[in-house]
Amino acid sequence: MPVINRSEEAVAASDGFAALGGLAALALGAVMAVQTADPVMRFHAILFLVAAALATGTIVLHAFGPDWAAPASVSLVLQTPSGVYSDGVIRAGLIATVFWGVAGFLIGDILAWQLAYPALNLDLPWTNFGRLRPVHTSAVVFAFGGNALIMTSFYVVQRTCRARLAGNWAPWFVFWGYQLFLVMAATGYLLGVTQGKEYAEPEWYVDIWLTIVWVVYLLVFLGTIWRRQEPHIYVANWFYLAFIVTVAMLHIVNNIAVPIQWTSTKSYQIYSGVQDAMTQWWYGHNAVGFFLTAGFLAMMYYFIPKRVERPVYSYRLSIVHFWSLIFLYIWAGPHHLHYTALPDWAQTLGMTFSIMLWMPSWGGMINGLMTLSGAWDKLRTDPVVRLMVVSVAFYGMSTFEGPVMSIKAVNSLSHYTDWTIGHVHSGALGWVGMVSFGAIYCLTPWLWHRRGLYSMWLVEWHFWLATIGILLYITSMWVAGITQGLMWRAYDALGFLQYSFAETVDAMHWPYVIRAVGGLLFLLGGLIMVYNVWRTILGHQCGDLAEQPRVAAAPELRGALVPAE
Amino acid sequence: MTYETVTVYSQIASLLLFAGLFGGAVVYALWPGNSEQFRQAARVPLRKDDDAGNMGSTE
Repeated sequence: MPVINRSEEAVAASDGFAALGGLAALALGAVMAVQTADPVMRFHAILFLVAAALATGTIVLHAFGPDWAAPASVSLVLQTPSGVYSDGVIRAGLIATVFWGVAGFLIGDILAWQLAYPALNLDLPWTNFGRLRPVHTSAVVFAFGGNALIMTSFYVVQRTCRARLAGNWAPWFVFWGYQLFLVMAATGYLLGVTQGKEYAEPEWYVDIWLTIVWVVYLLVFLGTIWRRQEPHIYVANWFYLAFIVTVAMLHIVNNIAVPIQWTSTKSYQIYSGVQDAMTQWWYGHNAVGFFLTAGFLAMMYYFIPKRVERPVYSYRLSIVHFWSLIFLYIWAGPHHLHYTALPDWAQTLGMTFSIMLWMPSWGGMINGLMTLSGAWDKLRTDPVVRLMVVSVAFYGMSTFEGPVMSIKAVNSLSHYTDWTIGHVHSGALGWVGMVSFGAIYCLTPWLWHRRGLYSMWLVEWHFWLATIGILLYITSMWVAGITQGLMWRAYDALGFLQYSFAETVDAMHWPYVIRAVGGLLFLLGGLIMVYNVWRTILGHQCGDLAEQPRVAAAPELRGALVPAE
Repeated sequence: MTYETVTVYSQIASLLLFAGLFGGAVVYALWPGNSEQFRQAARVPLRKDDDAGNMGSTE
């Protein structure tokens, strides 16, 4: 049992330090709000000031206030008894993950309907595609995916290291600091503030805030590993650590910019031209490789063995998987810049490394799938296992498709078309989404000490709605993308382009409608998850508890249950 | 030393460094003597006592 006995002095120092940090942030927000002439900067400064005030108030009340300052309703989420694992921040993270997930899916589906029926953009600046699109991508990638990664990493690192999370206020700073980053980023996009880099849209001051939060996250994670009681660092922690370290490096290098004034939202990148493009796609592709892949592979390596109660198929393969992924992914970025001003050798390098990525990707997929060997019946009996296994299958499929699309000849057809959008979503909805849903369904009863989920039947519904939704999405986008690519390159007998661009847009209408329907099914599945998770948190039961596997229950409640058949 | 010679040597050095590090990782993963250590490591998520810390009741 990892009991950490903190001395009174250490707790007091931590409270005092946290309160001082809160006051400093409060002062910074106040100065910026007064000094700036930029309305968006002022809005963000006030937001920052309010967040700092709330944080400082909470810290002071918690440290020096009376006992009634922690009401029972809040403790359902926030309670972190000292001496055992620190789970309050993980519960908050799970709720945030589910919330941002459905918010991001909703905006995505609104955009899908806008593309099919453009009048739905309402002809307003705040709701047009250009501003809503980064809200969608940031909401699903950074808000849903990021919260899923942070909360599962906090859970997994504690269990596999048998150590309490490092830091007293630090994990809570990571959680709330990250939410503040998300809110500042998303509101900035809607108000027209962006630096125009895909998946790196937030302006310089939001980037600096994220850097601070991320460094604290790294320190919390490393500190927990440092105090571990388990000699070996389990492979999932390696993947999480690679994700945290690499994202820090990518974020800092890609966002080096000079603001035109300290009180302005506007900045200029230090890179220009093709260097800027290459840095951006080095960042962009490794955001896929390390944010959307390495971190979620960590989930695969913990939650699949845990749920099926079998060790990973080959631990050796997991080590080779890890290092080959690390050494190859970082070079694949140039395949986003085929047939551009980027030198040919760099394009070929990107393509070659992308093709080599088949090996670790499929090695990892096989390792995840074969963990079920001898327990394949769980695919039929446990929809949570099915979610995670289908997610690994989608991982295999999209990491097969990606290298194919990185081949220059294929890319000349696929690039700039909706095939790319379909590919991204088979990875994002299929792999990242489904493995996160699996982890959420595992963690909800485990974290809230329940005997199982509210309803396994609703998980079945979520699974099928999401799967059919993804299939509609990717098949319609294959059709759309290949149609676009072929129409764009069609010439008539005299060498003129066969189709005007508007004709290719018109041809997309029905694929776009089918895609929007697929997205709607995926969103419905997400809403079912919200309901199921909420009822589980409240401790309700719909009556199918007997059909749930033993591992659905919180660990300390499993002994009392008869293993389900 | 010109820019070109620096790029040549640095690229060769990086190639050897990366190939060496990766080769070392593969040798470590496949080394027969490590099999018992890996067998135990694979069971880390499955140990019963690893969940015992999660006892803080919310009731």
